[in-house]
Amino acid sequence: MINTNEIFETIKMIKDEHLDIRTITMGISLLDCVDSSADRSCDKIYDKISRYAENLVKTGEDISKELGIPIINKRISVTPIAMVAGASDAKDYVCFAKALDRAADTTGVNFIGGFSALVHKGFSRGDDILINSIPEALAVTEKVCSSVGVATTKAGINMDAVKRIGQVVKKAAELTADRDSFGCAKFVVFANAVEDNPFMAGAFHGVGEGDCVINVGVSGPGVVKSALEQVKGADFGVVANTIKKTAFKITRMGQLVAQEASKRLNVPFGIVDLSLAPTPEIGDSVAYILEEMGLEKCGTHGTTAALALLNDAVKKGGIMASGYVGGLSGAFIPVSEDAGMIAAAKCGALTLDKLEAMTCVCSVGLDMIAIPGDTSAETISAIIADEMAIGMINQKTTAVRIIPAVGKKVGETVEFGGLLGEAPIMPVHEFSSADFINRGGRIPAPIHSLKN
Amino acid sequence: MKAIVTVMGIDRKGIIAKVSACLSENNINILDINQTIMQDLFTMVMYVDMSDSENDFAYVSKKLSEIGEELGLEIRLQHEEIFRSMHRI
Repeated sequence: MINTNEIFETIKMIKDEHLDIRTITMGISLLDCVDSSADRSCDKIYDKISRYAENLVKTGEDISKELGIPIINKRISVTPIAMVAGASDAKDYVCFAKALDRAADTTGVNFIGGFSALVHKGFSRGDDILINSIPEALAVTEKVCSSVGVATTKAGINMDAVKRIGQVVKKAAELTADRDSFGCAKFVVFANAVEDNPFMAGAFHGVGEGDCVINVGVSGPGVVKSALEQVKGADFGVVANTIKKTAFKITRMGQLVAQEASKRLNVPFGIVDLSLAPTPEIGDSVAYILEEMGLEKCGTHGTTAALALLNDAVKKGGIMASGYVGGLSGAFIPVSEDAGMIAAAKCGALTLDKLEAMTCVCSVGLDMIAIPGDTSAETISAIIADEMAIGMINQKTTAVRIIPAVGKKVGETVEFGGLLGEAPIMPVHEFSSADFINRGGRIPAPIHSLKN
Repeated sequence: MKAIVTVMGIDRKGIIAKVSACLSENNINILDINQTIMQDLFTMVMYVDMSDSENDFAYVSKKLSEIGEELGLEIRLQHEEIFRSMHRI
């Protein structure tokens, strides 16, 4: 029989420290839904998703009950719609977003990702139309998430795309102004986008993937913080080892749930994403882990070093716990979804510039950050360009999910509720970047892209 | 299928009796019991075999939770695999 202490340790993690499986995400290829008629293509998309994901939510709930661990989200990711819709006669792709939204309703998932385009080197016709359709698609659908890849280490940065995305973000904010510009919370722009990410808003089903796959994202910042409370004052070797051991245990849960879901749904298991994903609940915060390491407030000097240690130790601990690791894997630092980040931003300890530095060593990038509604499209593009440059040069995934909250100023707050939380409006630099952004063209790939 | 029943709460008379009766009614065999008082808290772990039970996991789990509510205890039924996965390679 299993040791009693181990049993109660597991129960404590779930009950008191918010250990959960953040998401089971089913990736579905829509490449066989291509059609010259947009209506027919949308019907095929709706039918295929509804058929494949029919039992996804129920299976997730069954596994959750039997194992006694919460599985918070059941989600779907699909082939980037620009590739699927590009062959159709449609002049705008909002109808495709609506088909995805209907499929999400039918299957009961809470988000569906893949209203996406990959334009790191240029735009195809489908990419062009999709990007123009993003603001309206985000405004008229509830559950559709959108992403655009504008840079890779291999290709450089498509600055024409960066410029357009600044405008897309502004428009999406305006069209959802009545909901605190919520549309922008469902949109993310990437450097080095990954094909098997189970987390929203950036999940899409890459073209290198099979027909259907199950990916799982774990979580558990509260468990890591609690483990670190036991080693107060110990040196960094002890801190790193403690995080590794905890990450191993957390990831084993993800592996178990992924295997079970894969078996019951008869869909191949893809990857476990070794993530520390916070929620706005007290005790489920990545910022509090950093503060537990000895920082008075997240964002002060030392924060980047603390996050670097955390991010690396999570990967080292998790890697042996799962057969296949992938996705974004690391510590997320979304501001609005993390009670500690919100508090640090409100008291002025955490600034946009510090967050940018932190993204050099965290799993992704600038995430769920609210900025003043009167920020120009060029400034938003410039924030994106900086973040893409970090990803390109460091050969890592970086992303920007930013909300220029219409009508709001520094000192005010946007509230999305639920897992998306609330975000204080953070100041941006007031000096213009317009002439820089208006140059257009591409920033060439860096020298270390030439590995062949 | 093997599962773990955990019971935690303030000690009182009849806890083991009630939980065992419920398991017996559902044709579940108890393979091992470990019970102790930790810091005034009654804690019990039961290792059970559900393979002969006609009722599904969710049903038994609900029945045990109801007993927990009645006695002011937390009672959980979980598949053994969650503990094995987390603590054993």
